[in-house]
Amino acid sequence: MANTQAMTTSFKVDLFNAVHAFNGTGVPAHTASTADTFKAALYTAASSLGASTTSYTGAVTEVSGTGYTAGGVTVTFGTAPSSSGTTSFLTPSASITYTTVTLSTSFDAMLLYNDTNSGKKSVAVYTFTAQTVAAGTFSLTMPTNDATTGLLRIA
Amino acid sequence: MITTTKGEMDESLLEKREGTIDNDNETTTWVEYWLEGELVHRSAHVQLKRAVVSFGETAEF
Repeated sequence: MANTQAMTTSFKVDLFNAVHAFNGTGVPAHTASTADTFKAALYTAASSLGASTTSYTGAVTEVSGTGYTAGGVTVTFGTAPSSSGTTSFLTPSASITYTTVTLSTSFDAMLLYNDTNSGKKSVAVYTFTAQTVAAGTFSLTMPTNDATTGLLRIA
Repeated sequence: MITTTKGEMDESLLEKREGTIDNDNETTTWVEYWLEGELVHRSAHVQLKRAVVSFGETAEF
């Protein structure tokens, strides 16, 4: 046997579940039975969202239009974070859908953020080819929830 | 019936246009309905392919 230096896979799963708090600043109280609410907001193609985007409130170029509520829609995480090999992963359990909206300004990004957190902290930014919607539906279909294609992965 | 910017309309009255975008990042399909040269309905569906991945590493002493 030999020891191997590694970030443990269980820690990678724990990160999704807010198990660890290395610093108390901004860490809300969590219990295993209480999940936060996450939302998905859409942003115009003229935006500059990316790795430096820290929160929903800090991103000011959200789309607007008939049928679209500022802040976006709730994202369903019906499946608990899991791992395979040394990769942890998490994927929404349902498509993210904006029904009967008119968004005339082209948009090409979705910000996933924590709506329960008072600071509306960001999780991830996803981009796609710029779209508009007219009295229609815009949906984001999720990839397979596994270590290869899961929407959020820590490898 | 199709939901349009002018209300519910019979599909037979509209010109339908469809398209697909397929690249490393996404597969997107869209459908448009036009009425006498005016776009009255557009829907789009994006299948994301590329996840956000973070690599956890440990440093050596």
